Amino acid sequence: MLGSSESVLRLEIPPRAEFVALARLVVSTAAKSRRSLADDKVADLTLALSEACTNAIEAHDAKDEADRVRIRVDEDDARLVVTVQDQGPGFDLMELPAHPAVTDPDRLNFERGLGIPIIRNLVDEVTFTSDSGGTTVTMILNCPPSSADLAADAVELDELGEFDELDLEAAWDDEVAP
Amino acid sequence: MDLGIEVDEGRSPFVVVAVRGEVDIATAPKLREKLVELASQGAQQVVVDLEGVEFLDSTGLGVLIGGMKRLRGLDGDLSLVCTQPRILKVFEITGLNRAFAIHETVDAAVAG
Repeated sequence: MLGSSESVLRLEIPPRAEFVALARLVVSTAAKSRRSLADDKVADLTLALSEACTNAIEAHDAKDEADRVRIRVDEDDARLVVTVQDQGPGFDLMELPAHPAVTDPDRLNFERGLGIPIIRNLVDEVTFTSDSGGTTVTMILNCPPSSADLAADAVELDELGEFDELDLEAAWDDEVAP
Repeated sequence: MDLGIEVDEGRSPFVVVAVRGEVDIATAPKLREKLVELASQGAQQVVVDLEGVEFLDSTGLGVLIGGMKRLRGLDGDLSLVCTQPRILKVFEITGLNRAFAIHETVDAAVAG
């Protein structure tokens, strides 16, 4: 599916809740700089990414898996492709519980399980690949490349690319954690 | 990013909880703790003002659902204030705009 696409960004985050905001910032910045996307579509992608990262971190937590969650952004002429890969226990899409209707008082017994329906609603195409080795969520937005000056884009991309080199966990521990 | 939470208990019997910032997996527990605390202190009618919220995902929705369930179990209720299209969209695509009373202003919320 991604054979002809180019990788825009690769980001690995420690499986900790504090890093989801960082993933949102980095991916939304990449999407805005690389693609011709209305603000509301960027917001949709940001929310979908947040849901996928949240599920990934919870999956790592369930398995006591310390390895990082992998996020990548690829693009081709027609699409932006955002992939979130975890190494959690995996899940069976067919076995996700159905929620009662929102008008049913029992609906209040379901605080979770909204992430996947939200992702499905916000992106043009999504696939979930899951087994006991982990889950990969591939989210596709149909959108043309940005018409902005390509040289300026390249500079922004270089700046974003520096995230590849950062040891985010060490940076967090050094600068934020007591 | 930290989550800002301000509680106004001067609109009795309503308690207004104004939330600022991003509500996600990292920050939603703080909101949950506040709602649990208010319920345990006897608050019944809670208004959560989302006008200062820049981002809210399903983790935040879960906390609001849990808060509503807890308060209804105490013969109370939880209502919302929100006019931001991006935040309202999260409620609309999950159908939860029909489960919550969503008002345009705090004044409208406390007027019932």
